[in-house]
Amino acid sequence: MEYFIQQLVNGLTLGSIYSLIAIGYTMVYGIIGMINFAHGDIFMLGGFAALITFLMLTSVFVGLPVVILVLIMIAAAMLTASLWNWTIEKVAYRPLRGSFRLAPLITAIGMSIAISNFIQVTQGPRNKPIPPLVSSVYNIFGIAISLKQLIIMLLTVILLATFWYIVNKTSLGRAQRATEQDRKMAALLGIDVDRTISVTFIMGAGLAAVAGTMYLMYYGVTVFTDGFIPGVKAFTAAVLGGIGSLPGAVLGGLLIGLIESLWSAYFTIDYKDVATFSILAIVLIFKPSGILGRPEVEKV
Amino acid sequence: MANMSNMSERAGGSLTAWALREGFYAGAVSLGLFVLFVGLETTQNIRNELVLNRRLGLLGIFVIVAAVGRFLTVAYLRPWAAARKAAAAAKPAEGEEGFSKRNFSKIAIVFLLLYPLIAISIFGVQGSLKWVDNLGIQILIYVMLAWGLNIVVGLAGLLDLGYVAFYAVGAYSYALLSQHFGLSFWVLLPLAGILAAFWGMILGFPVLRLKGDYLAIVTLAFGEIIRLVLINWTEVTKGTFGVSGIPKVSVFGIWSFDVSAANNFAKAFGLPMSSAYYKIFLFYLILALALLTAYVTIRLRRMPIGRTWEAMREDEIACRSLGINTVTTKLTAFSIGAMFGGFAGSFFAVRQGFVSPESFVFLESAIILAIVVLGGMGSLVGIAVAAVVMIGGTELLREMQFLKRVFGPDFTPELYRMLIFGLAMVVVMVWKPRGFVGSREPTAFLRERKVVSGSFTKEGHG
Amino acid sequence: MAPGMNTVANDTMTNDPILKVEHLSMRFGGLMAINDLSFEAKRGDITALIGPNGAGKTTVFNCITGFYKPTMGMISMRQKAGKTFLLERITDFEITRDAKVARTFQNIRLFSGLTVLENLLVAQHNMLMKASGYTILGLLGLPTYKKASVESIEIAKYWLEKAHLIERADDPAGDLPYGAQRRLEIARAMCTGPELLCLDEPAAGLNPHESLALNGLLRSIRKDNDTSILLIEHDMSVVMEISDHVVVLEYGHKISDGTPDHVKNDAKVIAAYLGVEDDEVEEVIEEIEGTQGGMQQ
Repeated sequence: MEYFIQQLVNGLTLGSIYSLIAIGYTMVYGIIGMINFAHGDIFMLGGFAALITFLMLTSVFVGLPVVILVLIMIAAAMLTASLWNWTIEKVAYRPLRGSFRLAPLITAIGMSIAISNFIQVTQGPRNKPIPPLVSSVYNIFGIAISLKQLIIMLLTVILLATFWYIVNKTSLGRAQRATEQDRKMAALLGIDVDRTISVTFIMGAGLAAVAGTMYLMYYGVTVFTDGFIPGVKAFTAAVLGGIGSLPGAVLGGLLIGLIESLWSAYFTIDYKDVATFSILAIVLIFKPSGILGRPEVEKV
Repeated sequence: MANMSNMSERAGGSLTAWALREGFYAGAVSLGLFVLFVGLETTQNIRNELVLNRRLGLLGIFVIVAAVGRFLTVAYLRPWAAARKAAAAAKPAEGEEGFSKRNFSKIAIVFLLLYPLIAISIFGVQGSLKWVDNLGIQILIYVMLAWGLNIVVGLAGLLDLGYVAFYAVGAYSYALLSQHFGLSFWVLLPLAGILAAFWGMILGFPVLRLKGDYLAIVTLAFGEIIRLVLINWTEVTKGTFGVSGIPKVSVFGIWSFDVSAANNFAKAFGLPMSSAYYKIFLFYLILALALLTAYVTIRLRRMPIGRTWEAMREDEIACRSLGINTVTTKLTAFSIGAMFGGFAGSFFAVRQGFVSPESFVFLESAIILAIVVLGGMGSLVGIAVAAVVMIGGTELLREMQFLKRVFGPDFTPELYRMLIFGLAMVVVMVWKPRGFVGSREPTAFLRERKVVSGSFTKEGHG
Repeated sequence: MAPGMNTVANDTMTNDPILKVEHLSMRFGGLMAINDLSFEAKRGDITALIGPNGAGKTTVFNCITGFYKPTMGMISMRQKAGKTFLLERITDFEITRDAKVARTFQNIRLFSGLTVLENLLVAQHNMLMKASGYTILGLLGLPTYKKASVESIEIAKYWLEKAHLIERADDPAGDLPYGAQRRLEIARAMCTGPELLCLDEPAAGLNPHESLALNGLLRSIRKDNDTSILLIEHDMSVVMEISDHVVVLEYGHKISDGTPDHVKNDAKVIAAYLGVEDDEVEEVIEEIEGTQGGMQQ
């Protein structure tokens, strides 16, 4: 039982990270109907930005409090990743909006290849380890919960709440939802569609960057290829929850995290990714609209 | 964000002032983009700790290039391009195509047939190895794979991101069956194709109800599952170590390329021993396989099934309203495409003499798909050109040793291969969203064969 | 298929329904798009399905042609040879292939990147597939396929002539003007060799001249090609001019059923089109009486 709860906690931690990435996929898909293949690499880029900021800060200010250190890392990662995603959208995706459907997908794959190789070229191909930032572990009823895990889950909750507020309660969120429903109509009603889409990319990248920072803290290491597998898993999460649905992305992320850690704990760790991919395939085949998504009616 | 300014804003200031402002913004943005990644470098010190190196000079170059580039684009390049476009629009459409353009494929095939001989005559027997093997065979493998995938994506409009799975099935079929049962390449080549087609059908059946991006993601998932199974099923596949010592192909069982064999090719003809003959034979083998793919594609397009693939790409619902069973039609496209992937896979295994899951990562699927889309979906010539440009271009980077003189001895050009490949994908797509050849040839005609412009064709939703 | 086949147009007096719709209901979530609809289309007739916007006409079509599965009810199609198909039990492509019911779409669905000729050849897919031995024999270049392929072009040519599209045969379908696209879609549906042709607003967006030509084409299809027609139409000049039988829908219910003249004078129909309360219907009829000349044209 304790082992099970332990795995549950691990799964929720991992799931929090996937949720944050999945939101970026689901928002972009919802608003422009495109799988932003480079989103996983934006997550990786955010992790690297946090890593470099960490090294910079620790080499200049020795003995900086961990809280401030982490906050600055997150801020730097968010800024950098958002700027990247904003630029990419503007340079590579916007010219293709409304053209041939495959073109943006190929461009996004190209961007994904380019970003990961850019990091490889500029930062080297090796694993980049960092010393543990927070290492305290609490023992609650025989279950070990590390401070890292608590921070990750707490931060996820705060971010999701903020995010929920922005999407549902502000005029910016309203513009986003309107653009998602009908881009042409939104433009006719005076919504700056280009700006709304840009903001969506910025927000998605911001969340992915936080996820990247937490991933770095959690595993203590990052490498330039780290964008692909978490990216695909987060996309799986978005699809599982119902693509286009924000609560769905969160639910999907948590489920994928749980499945992954429980599968590794009770079956075999070798096939944990096979399990995730199989779930993706099964969900898409039998319920393509996902758990919380709206079913699509074929218009004749 | 102000550099989003459009034409209407330009009316306020002169072009140069506007360009200067744009250049400044571009510089500022690129400073933000690159300050952490280019300006600083993470390296390990002697105690294996991460430390930072400063590269401010390089960062400066990046920022200046971005700013100046943006300035020049806005101030000179764009007005020039606009003027040229206006001039081109004023001119009447071009008339007859030149001889070389009309007979492009024939000339290309003749060139390819002579290519190894040309390479030998220029670089000598041993020197030709690099040109025949690294460049020629490498490009032709991708041409064949892309032509195979073209049946699925280009003709039938089914977006497949896991094509490499069938390549892997073909490669492992040959590798394992030849080792365990001692069967020859000539027996296993068709068998590998059939096995891949069979897998195509098994995987295709459940997923073909899905549309567009969903189909893409499920095929990606299947591709990854096959790769992960190859890694983890160590009893059979030897996992990440891969299968090595895969037998070579013989010239239809008559001559062998094994050095010790009595019927060795070089011995039989009294030639000096060299691995170049084997490579040249492999070159002709993959050329034949690729041309077979092209031939079958051309024939199938004129058959009802091929025509219906294209119709399905245009409008699946209309197809169903015409009494066409779209599921079996999709399945044939999927499995025929998979079959050619399987052929290419067994060739790959025989060429390398070694297969491991490393060769069948998602990136390979992405590269093949990119070649199909960049070439212009459905166009065999366009796809071949795209393969030469993208694969040949990046392979040539390995040869550019002179760049070391420019960037210093630490500069390794092949490191930039995939970076340039990715950027090239983006640039080509933005520049030509329909690929190099966007038009399509009709499959039947009453009076004259008119080329259908790319603006009418659709890209499929399945 | 060839012109000059025996005419069935005068068989309308005999009671031989080609299509029988019985107690058809279709529900989308909480919305009852069609409610207990029953009607018949006689062999050799042109039957029109009319009704105000949102009456459920296209939904009826989609149920008949298998694109929707009806919630309840039975749709039976009786072929000339006597074979009967229950359309609600078979899928969309089988309805065209086996039951011989072809259709067109309200917003034209052509293969726009294929040429006009290719569009018509795709419609003969099933015949050509069989002739080519499911591709395998065709790849070997067997004469049966070559013969079938020549025949298919002949059939396409026949329909191109008939739809006045022969000049544009080698142009992409997407390049045709709107009216020609409508005719091409009808020609394409006819290339499947149907016994019943279902047309979803064939005259929508046509100018009066094109509309007239369409009437001619439909009459000829009925007469020369031995095909019954079921059509949805808004253009009353088309409906009244060519149909033998009219069924009127409103909010998924059938409100009238009969000859064009009968329907035209039905108080419920007039009320449905003009949108008046039931007790005002009488007044409306009187008003209409005076303007009837305008409706007949």
